[in-house]
Amino acid sequence: MRSRQSLELHFTSDPSELPRVRDALTDWAQVFQWTKERVADIVLAVDEALTNVIRHGYEGRPGQPIVLRCVPVQDAQRGRGAEIEIRDWGRQVPLQQICGRDLDDLRPGGLGVHLIRNLMDCAEYSHAEGGGMRLRMRIFHDAPRRGSERGGAT
Amino acid sequence: MNEAQHQMEVSVSVDRTAAVVRVRGEVDLRSSPELREKLLNLLERPLKRVIIDLARVGYIDSSGVGTLVELKRRLDRTDGRVVLVALQPRVRSVFEITRLDHFFAIVDTIDEAHKA
Repeated sequence: MRSRQSLELHFTSDPSELPRVRDALTDWAQVFQWTKERVADIVLAVDEALTNVIRHGYEGRPGQPIVLRCVPVQDAQRGRGAEIEIRDWGRQVPLQQICGRDLDDLRPGGLGVHLIRNLMDCAEYSHAEGGGMRLRMRIFHDAPRRGSERGGAT
Repeated sequence: MNEAQHQMEVSVSVDRTAAVVRVRGEVDLRSSPELREKLLNLLERPLKRVIIDLARVGYIDSSGVGTLVELKRRLDRTDGRVVLVALQPRVRSVFEITRLDHFFAIVDTIDEAHKA
């Protein structure tokens, strides 16, 4: 379902869905005149969040439901931006376990949350009513991009 | 973007002590298992250097970089070396945000990679 302002996608926990979601998100973001760099930030952050849902929330089980909602927002301090919500009905991961790993340690895994928190201006995980997880992220047009030094997102 | 642009292709050429892996397309949760399999298969040979050409990779996520980290960790055990070549800006950005650019040798050309 899609309106002029918002994007809502219902899909399943299959890795093959990810390219389609990235395309839809790119199309949506471009309508709101995000820079190419910020569109890429949004797409990567959402892709990382969905990867975590598939891997950890649904533990690799395909065919499980995921909903992605994106809406433009206007904040008094930060100006124009977007709020992106990802909802799943998978395992409720303890919130204190959702943290990026020590980047001084060379090992695979644990990088997705770190990328999300660096690319977005705000990222908040919660346990959803009725089971599963909800991730709400916000990003703003005029927030300085912090790149590798980016930190402090909630 | 059409489906073909999302696909990943991997080609490998190997000589006595080095392999050159050319990757094209998008490396994500869907495609990274195939990349992982091809890279780890290389470890059956006594390679001293694996050169990974990423010039035609426009998108990589943490599952993709995690695959490269796994290869590097395994080659480190035998004093082997992984060299990444020609990262596009968005791909380089992922390595920078995750600070993996400090761990990998990253160069601009295949020739440089043979010497790095």
